[in-house]
Amino acid sequence: MDDAYSFKDHQEEGTIIATKSAGQNKYKKMSMSPKEYQNFAKTREPSRSILANCVRAFLIGGLICIVGQAISEVFVYGFHMSRTAAGSPTVAVLILISVILTCLGVYDKIAQWAGAGSAVPVTGFANSMCSAALEHRAEGLVLGVGANMFKLAGSVIVFGVVAAFFVGLVYLIFGIEGH
Amino acid sequence: MLRGKQTWWFDRRPVIIGEATVVGPDEGEGPLAADFDLVHPELDMQQKSWEKAERLLLEQASQMALEKAKVNKQQLQFYVGGDLMNQIISNSFAARTIGAPYLGVFGACSTSMESLALASLIVNSGSGQYVLAGTCSHNCTAEKQFRYPTEYGAQKPPTAQYTVTGAGAVVIAPDGEGPVVECATIGKIVDLGITDPFNMGAAMAPAAVDTLTAHFNDTGRQPKDYDLIVTGDLATVGHGIAKDLFARDGVPMEDTVFGDCGLMVYDVQKQKVQAGGSGCGCSAVVTYGHLLKRLKKGELKRILVCATGALLSPLSYQQGETIPCIAHAVAIESPLHN
Repeated sequence: MDDAYSFKDHQEEGTIIATKSAGQNKYKKMSMSPKEYQNFAKTREPSRSILANCVRAFLIGGLICIVGQAISEVFVYGFHMSRTAAGSPTVAVLILISVILTCLGVYDKIAQWAGAGSAVPVTGFANSMCSAALEHRAEGLVLGVGANMFKLAGSVIVFGVVAAFFVGLVYLIFGIEGH
Repeated sequence: MLRGKQTWWFDRRPVIIGEATVVGPDEGEGPLAADFDLVHPELDMQQKSWEKAERLLLEQASQMALEKAKVNKQQLQFYVGGDLMNQIISNSFAARTIGAPYLGVFGACSTSMESLALASLIVNSGSGQYVLAGTCSHNCTAEKQFRYPTEYGAQKPPTAQYTVTGAGAVVIAPDGEGPVVECATIGKIVDLGITDPFNMGAAMAPAAVDTLTAHFNDTGRQPKDYDLIVTGDLATVGHGIAKDLFARDGVPMEDTVFGDCGLMVYDVQKQKVQAGGSGCGCSAVVTYGHLLKRLKKGELKRILVCATGALLSPLSYQQGETIPCIAHAVAIESPLHN
């Protein structure tokens, strides 16, 4: 190995030069502004088909709704409940299925394919709570499970309540009675 | 001794006298499975938490590295290591088990080469006879700390990377049998304003280019002086960008084999790892498991490993900060070379 570039050489050269010296190449430093680079990097992102994602979300989201409808029919015809009364147990069964699939480590695999299709229905909400509870079990029941269960679902509750408040305000001001 | 601006030249030629790698199930299904010393079939490794599992990986790797090097705990003088966890807890606990004087370092996924460079420097300066360098990462601890709970159903973009579950450790000594650590180029922070934590390859690519260019200029070497140059975990997106940046600046990377550990550790086409592997363990298991074996066999004469790190925290990106990145390059020579 030759010693073409000693510490002293560089001290004297100061900056990196792009010309050949001592029979060897010096490569110039990367010359791209942050803005230029960000635009360049953007072009290198693999494209994600919005259409394909929407179709998948529609299929899985729709499938979950069909399952929900089927469960509801079972309560209506099998247990002679009214359609309104069948709502709550239907949701409870869907949540149970979602939690079981989360615990078996399947729900996140479905979600990678389905995207919003498995995130939007009530099963997605159950998955967000169950996965957080599972993940933080190691930190104890209170500071782990209790404190982290709503880590992801919490914002849904917060913005849901805020939205409900404003909708309620609109109803109050315009005097529309809810039916 | 210092050569150029940021390269340490190890004139006493420190030797890697023992190395070991321990990985999880996904890496065990990858193309390099046969090169790892131990493959765990389960992610939890019968531990009560992901964090304990990560710690176990490093403890096992360091113990096996010491056994292979025939160095006992009393002989070991220093341990240099780091990981991705907050306050590098995996290493602190593993260092408790190792029992040697300990220097904890953090360079995110560049920790593998950062610790190797520091351990070599200690040996080269005569400040230690046997020095251990190690690092580890676990897919689930990284998901838990940096992203979402492991079982949470969020769709990952194709630019995202899959954190390697694995640990690698090496024992460095002034002489003995094994590959030689020739020199190390210490990188500086490069931040070109990428903010997406799901596109770390693109964020880190300029850091790798910066360090490698500095390495060539400091040492007077060219890409063709190496049989193989690998980046740590740029994966599909970042590695493609790095190649293009080199081409743009006229660095002839086509004269060598330019690879990426994140693309070697998994079969990116078959395994569901999005753009490829990442994490401290990624460059560690590929270098210490796969590449050192090839160097020992003489298939490779001299390699340059440029481990890349995205030094972000969950707090910093939530506050809209960009991702500061770094890369450290270490040149390793085959024991059969001379």
